[in-house]
Amino acid sequence: MKIAPWIAIAAFGFAGAAVAQDDNTLNVEGETLLTETAAPAHMDSVDTIYSGWRFRSSETQALQTDDFDNPGMIFVDTAIEQWDKVDGSEGKACSSCHEDVADFAGLRTKLPRVDNGELVTMENLINECRTDRMGAEAWKWSKGKMTAMTALIGLQSRGMAMDVATEGEAAPFWEKGKELYYTRVGQLDMACSNCHEDNYGVMIRADHLSQGQINGFPTYRLKNAKLNSIHGRFKGCMKNIRATPFAEGGDEFKALELYLASRGQGLSVETPSVRN
Amino acid sequence: MKHTLGFAVVATLGASMALAEEVKPMAVSFADGTVAASLTGVAGDPVNGRAVFANRKQGNCLACHTNSDLSEESFHGEVGPPMDGVADRWSEAELRGIVSNSKMMFEGTIMPAFYIDSGYTRPLDDFAGQSILTAQQVEDVVAYLMTLKEE
Ligand code: HEC
Ligand code: HEC
Repeated sequence: MKIAPWIAIAAFGFAGAAVAQDDNTLNVEGETLLTETAAPAHMDSVDTIYSGWRFRSSETQALQTDDFDNPGMIFVDTAIEQWDKVDGSEGKACSSCHEDVADFAGLRTKLPRVDNGELVTMENLINECRTDRMGAEAWKWSKGKMTAMTALIGLQSRGMAMDVATEGEAAPFWEKGKELYYTRVGQLDMACSNCHEDNYGVMIRADHLSQGQINGFPTYRLKNAKLNSIHGRFKGCMKNIRATPFAEGGDEFKALELYLASRGQGLSVETPSVRN
Repeated sequence: MKHTLGFAVVATLGASMALAEEVKPMAVSFADGTVAASLTGVAGDPVNGRAVFANRKQGNCLACHTNSDLSEESFHGEVGPPMDGVADRWSEAELRGIVSNSKMMFEGTIMPAFYIDSGYTRPLDDFAGQSILTAQQVEDVVAYLMTLKEE
């Protein structure tokens, strides 16, 4: 990480000014999750990658260490009910075809992935079941039922390392995502990299900038007291720089999701994480 | 509410007054990143400049720069250098250049250009074709920065 010289100086002047991620260890229900690891080879200017958890206050961090305290778990519970609920013209529930949601262990680590030439995310896979197999309506990308279900399915991979494919069929999508990550947009004319690669670890007004990792999504945010999708977060960051966001579920955000997932290779899945 | 209305009137007056000889965003002339001439011909108001500096919807400079002069504001960012003593380090023309379009002084900087109205992509509709600050706000901020002396 590049620490600008004035930050090193400023750190002495400001009591409690955070200059980097902390050294805390994330234990959830007795299991230690990996919140720090060597950056994958494709990242040139970052040596170590860190989960966003390492940049949060100890109070926020604590909420993620115990499933009783994690407010995201309330939404997971609603998805457990939904799992058995019959919906649509075929008279089926998720559980009609999938014996146990635990069978999805590992799925989160591999998404997004290319299926039949198309890049698909977990939301796509869920909606494919709903429309094609259940004859039910597709869920909205970032609405409650979808974020709860992606949380329940993602939770089955908690503690497993992110491991998306970036080569072969995935390569063109990955390249596109990378290009978007480094492209400046909006009236403020910034790229994701300006904040999450060049300046992670420093404060931007009241926010402690992280590397913008997605290993904890969907994320329960104290700010809006609900689960937030990956694309919903991208949208928020784009609006903050006064840029017109790409569409949730659109090609751009799916490509960006793949690229970001690849910047977190090796970090533990934390779903559902807690952030501010 | 009364307060907000009053403010809107003052802002409109200020804008129409400045309109006469205002330099348009794309017509600003830079020499080595500096801008020698005032953008409006109206002297900057350091008191308003201080407010613009802190205001999240205007300069929001505090998002990235710490500034002891604004110690009453609780969150100061650390992305850029502290503003303490900035007038000892830079001249008025340099500061006007940095605030108008910092990319002319610092290549590839994260700092937004506050006085351009094109050249950026995908702006939100509400901001398309507009600069972040008005010419007079730039002058006000520059006048404010000129008060930040330590020596
Ligand atoms: C002006 C600075 C800025 C820019 C530019 C920016 N972000 Fe962010 N982003 C933030 C802040 C502040 C947060 C909240 C604190 C944190 O986790 O960094 C955040 C959070 C995130 C998170 C959540 C991380 C977590 O652990 O929950 C993701 C993912 C993210 N950003 C992705 C992006 C992407 C993708 C882009 C480009 C489209 C982008 N950001 C552009 C400032 C920015
Ligand atoms: C998103 C971050 C960001 C914002 C917002 C921002 N700046 Fe900056 N500013 C920087 C960075 C970073 C630098 C250092 C130049 C570089 O290396 O990129 C800088 C440099 C400067 C300098 C030169 C300081 C020195 O001592 O060298 C001045 C003056 C300045 N900024 C004023 C302002 C003012 C006034 C505003 C608001 C109207 C503002 N900045 C908003 C990031 C920002």
